[in-house]
Amino acid sequence: MTDPVHGRPITKLLIANRGEIACRVARTARTMSIATVALYSDADAGALHVRSADEAVHLPGVSASDTYLHVGAVLGAVQRSGADAVHPGYGFLSEHAGFAAACADAGITFVGPPVAAIDAMGNKVEAKTRMAAAGVPVLPGAKVGAGTDDVELLHAGQQVGYPLLVKAAFGGGGRGMRIVASPTDLVAAVASAQREAAAAFGDGLVFLERYVSAPRHVEVQVFADHHGNVVHLFERECSIQRRHQKVIEEAPSAAVDAELRARLGATAVAAARAIGYVGAGTVEFILAPTKEFFFLEVNTRLQVEHPVTEMITGLDLVRLQLEVATGAPLPPDALEPRRHGHAVEARLYAEDVPGGFLPTSGRLRTVELGAAPDAPAYPVEDRSEAARVRVRVDGGYTSGDAVTTYYDAMLAKVITWAPTRAEAVARLAQALRRARVHGVVTNRDLLVRTLEHFEFVAGEIDTAFYERHDPVALGASLVEQSSHLVHALAATIMRAVAGASPHLAGVPYGYRNVGAGWQHVEYRGNLDCALEFRRRRDGVWQVRSVDDVAREAIVVDVTVAAGTITADVVIDEVLRRYTLAQHDDELFVDSVLGASHLMVASRFPSAAATVAQGSLRSPLPGTVVQVGAAVGDHVHSGSVLVVLEAMKMEHAVRAPHDGVVRELRVVLGGQVETGAVLVVVEPVRDDATEDATKGTR
Amino acid sequence: MTVLSSSIDPRSVAFLANRAAMLELLAQHDVEVDKALAGGGEAYVARHRARGKLTARERVELLVDPGSPFLELSSLAAWGSSFHVGASIVTGIGVVEGIECVVIAHDPTVRGGTMNPYTLKKNLRALEIAKLNRLPVVNLVESGGADLVTQADLFVPAGQIFRDLTELSALGIPTVALVFGNSTAGGAYVPGMCDHAVLVDGRAKVFLGGPPLVKMATGEDSDDESLGGAEMHSRVSGLSDYFALDEHDCLRIGPEIMANLHWRKLGPGPTRPADAPCYDAEELAGIASVDLRVPFDPLDVIARIVDGSRFSQYKPTYGTSLTTGWASIHGFPVGILANARGVLFMEEAKKATEFILLANQTDVPLLFLQNCTGYMVGKDYEQAGIIKDGAKMINAVTNSTVPHLTVIMGASYGAGNYGMCGRAYGPRFLFAWPNSKMAVMGPQQLAGVLSIVARQSAESQGKPFDEEADERNRRAVEEQIERESHAFFNSGKVYDDGIIDPRDTRTVLGIALSAVHSNTVEGRRGFGVFRM
Repeated sequence: MTDPVHGRPITKLLIANRGEIACRVARTARTMSIATVALYSDADAGALHVRSADEAVHLPGVSASDTYLHVGAVLGAVQRSGADAVHPGYGFLSEHAGFAAACADAGITFVGPPVAAIDAMGNKVEAKTRMAAAGVPVLPGAKVGAGTDDVELLHAGQQVGYPLLVKAAFGGGGRGMRIVASPTDLVAAVASAQREAAAAFGDGLVFLERYVSAPRHVEVQVFADHHGNVVHLFERECSIQRRHQKVIEEAPSAAVDAELRARLGATAVAAARAIGYVGAGTVEFILAPTKEFFFLEVNTRLQVEHPVTEMITGLDLVRLQLEVATGAPLPPDALEPRRHGHAVEARLYAEDVPGGFLPTSGRLRTVELGAAPDAPAYPVEDRSEAARVRVRVDGGYTSGDAVTTYYDAMLAKVITWAPTRAEAVARLAQALRRARVHGVVTNRDLLVRTLEHFEFVAGEIDTAFYERHDPVALGASLVEQSSHLVHALAATIMRAVAGASPHLAGVPYGYRNVGAGWQHVEYRGNLDCALEFRRRRDGVWQVRSVDDVAREAIVVDVTVAAGTITADVVIDEVLRRYTLAQHDDELFVDSVLGASHLMVASRFPSAAATVAQGSLRSPLPGTVVQVGAAVGDHVHSGSVLVVLEAMKMEHAVRAPHDGVVRELRVVLGGQVETGAVLVVVEPVRDDATEDATKGTR
Repeated sequence: MTVLSSSIDPRSVAFLANRAAMLELLAQHDVEVDKALAGGGEAYVARHRARGKLTARERVELLVDPGSPFLELSSLAAWGSSFHVGASIVTGIGVVEGIECVVIAHDPTVRGGTMNPYTLKKNLRALEIAKLNRLPVVNLVESGGADLVTQADLFVPAGQIFRDLTELSALGIPTVALVFGNSTAGGAYVPGMCDHAVLVDGRAKVFLGGPPLVKMATGEDSDDESLGGAEMHSRVSGLSDYFALDEHDCLRIGPEIMANLHWRKLGPGPTRPADAPCYDAEELAGIASVDLRVPFDPLDVIARIVDGSRFSQYKPTYGTSLTTGWASIHGFPVGILANARGVLFMEEAKKATEFILLANQTDVPLLFLQNCTGYMVGKDYEQAGIIKDGAKMINAVTNSTVPHLTVIMGASYGAGNYGMCGRAYGPRFLFAWPNSKMAVMGPQQLAGVLSIVARQSAESQGKPFDEEADERNRRAVEEQIERESHAFFNSGKVYDDGIIDPRDTRTVLGIALSAVHSNTVEGRRGFGVFRM
């Protein structure tokens, strides 16, 4: 059946998404003179994706299910805005067949594949069956519905073989995924995956699949139009994953040679043809060390990592999507794509890696990732090498934006291109090292260490990379303590030089007519230190850690612009350029040595700010999904008192010692901020225990 | 406005000699100041710290705004006496919550922060500065009261401290007492007379009589806390307005009080460009002569302290031994009178008088740069009326109401000290360079005068004159006067507000002028300007 909608031009596009992908789609739409409409939840009012669009429609509420995932609300927004097309981005409603069908019913162009293709691939069990039928190699698997009992489940597990993977039938992105090594863990893993899947996708159907250890993740970008053309735009490798979340992606894959590329491409095209695919899609495979590959899934949408394909082919995939959606045939350069050089992408997340990958939030004071501020970051139409060697940033935030924990924690994708893989990787590592990201803790250091890891540099990677190399260790600060100290010294002097006297301009900072004139300052944050500093008559600044030898610093040049102080300072006889951004008592220092976050300690440590003994604080911002104790309960050390859910993960807060719950400050479903006191457990005193013991005698 | 051209050769023998001597004097000054900074010495400071207490200077540093200047006053008080240098108290101009105020902090490591006659002098001078310049006062109190063995020189005049505090309050000048420890007997009136009082828990002791005295007086058994603790005064007597948990809390509350004063300065503030001078302040160390008999050109000094080295001379070709003119320092307009060649003649006296009257007409503060050996003596000058002309100048200085600032750059002898606004003429601030000398006359002159008088006395009585004894006597007197005219000696007597590094002159004057502008800046009106 021919879709009557196709063949109609798009004049106004509603982007049913948020963050970087919404910005990305808007950018291409603008170059195609298509008006854009953004959506925003309560939490996203004023967000960059809203500012990037011509119009925006408010979706009341905060949770994804009330807003971006709410089919009725999004369709309502489409009607109200008068948009004639919807681009779903990735995630949210991008692979929701019902939504695509509703768009078609309403006469709205859905920028994506036909409903039937989404439907076919949305159910992963069925997808696999169809692929197997089309001759695509697949891994053995089994479906687990709500009615499956434990015996049946264990039987199914036996059929599939261990180790196996439990995953949600709907959705993707690693949600609800569990690796199960032996039958003993199967029941619990399935139950937990079902719960998570039900919460995230409204359907608890999960399935089991053979797990290939240490494979590479290689996927093929396919594109099809309404005129029977199906092409592949080469492969991408996304083996660097943590808990099935892609972290670093590249194109082409270092493991794929011409012969394998041809086989992969042909298989992917066959897979797309088998389901009557139209538009942009990705056929994911796992690639064994033997060069055998198995079908994983088809993502019937634009992928997060699509930029690496754009960078090596010079094609704008969003433009192709929009053109195909209007019924146009694929252009010649897509029909005969050419591959040039190598591109790498890193996902910059708002997360605290050393703290256990907890999502972080806050005011993003500064975000400068190496892209030229005014120039379009990636004119993919511009095929010149000069255009492509620029650092490309697909971001959803600009300096000053707030980052919340309600949605995906990705701040931006940073992409580099170079003629060779080694150069592209080095360029990306360097760009990340020099990035200025203030106010929100990110996984930057993990990305840099991964990119600079000898295995990665050699291209010897697989999906178990982070099993071999502890990501928490890789994510530890790149910056030496001695560098933080140099930053503290530089910041101290820069503040003094640029700040002058707060009282009378022209009077030296902290002038004293009597005494040494040492000024005192204390920092917390990346470095806890107390410093003293003074300006000598010859203009040299002396700075010392309290009771330490004074170090000399010469300020060569200082400029202050938009609240940021930039200075060339000679410290320990080395001249470096430092930038210092100040936000009240918070200081962010960047230099070639790295980044430091320092807080100027209060001169008056408060004697009043103390917390009741036994208070348990929230380790992260999140939602309370379980409360395991009531006031007055006797609890044992280690028992779970509260479970928080944040960013796909559940975090248990346990009793630190035996005791009695004295206060319970949370309610089920409530939101808590980092550091909020959740529960107060009064420890059981020894004498009380003794008394109790006596009582039993 | 004219930009001064100054051609100092920093490689000349004279410059290098002056600079070396000045640096030597500054080093000596540092040695003396270090005695004050060291408080009661290592043992007492260590004991104080062991009690969890901050030193006086640490309290001051925490009180004032980060990065703001602190201009300490009378650092060498009690120098040359039997009392500790600094007189067991720290005073200065500080900035708290953006408000310039007078800070007075007892140093409890020096004899328990007790007061001796020098402490009193220094304390009263600080309060005087507060009153003249309308500066709020913050007292950081921890004092054992009077150094009782000195009570004869102390008890009667010390009453003025409390009188001054309450007088300041009556003038609308806020007073704050932050009480960190002992504040007993008379000292109890410091928080008692201040507008605002903060007492530190477990530390502050504010009572008229301690437990032993109460026992003696009434037989009542009592303890420190119930007689004068922070908790009692905050909950029961109401003497304490704020209960501070600890010293840091107290130093946090102090600025909060200041922030709520709704304080506005009355002076116009800086009105001119505050650009730096065209010449290096470092060279000021080599300009002033070591040998006070060698005059130096004050224009070389002015070129290094005024904004953009701009100086508009008044009567440059008349009375040339005194340089006068208009300039600004850190944006504050000033009229400057500076001795060019030591002696004041009739013309200089009349020029000065007119200049002072003009400054009063235009409400411009005056800066006196002293290097003065006095008014000219001799038959011709007496007959020409040098007394009358000198009197005009002293009259003008006395009755001028614009703020006066004085810096002694060299000599300050005789009535020249008066005419050029010495201490007795009430300058708002008076600072001395370490090379300066202040006395009724030079040591040789004074010894010579005594010798001549003695010789005349012997002659008139027909007695033989003992030349040897006279020589011994002359030397002794010369030495005594040399010692007594030394800058440290005069600073020890609190005849100035402190010795400053010549290179800091511009900064110190800027801070002083800003403080002066807390009050109105108004000249005396009435008569017009007399053309002398």
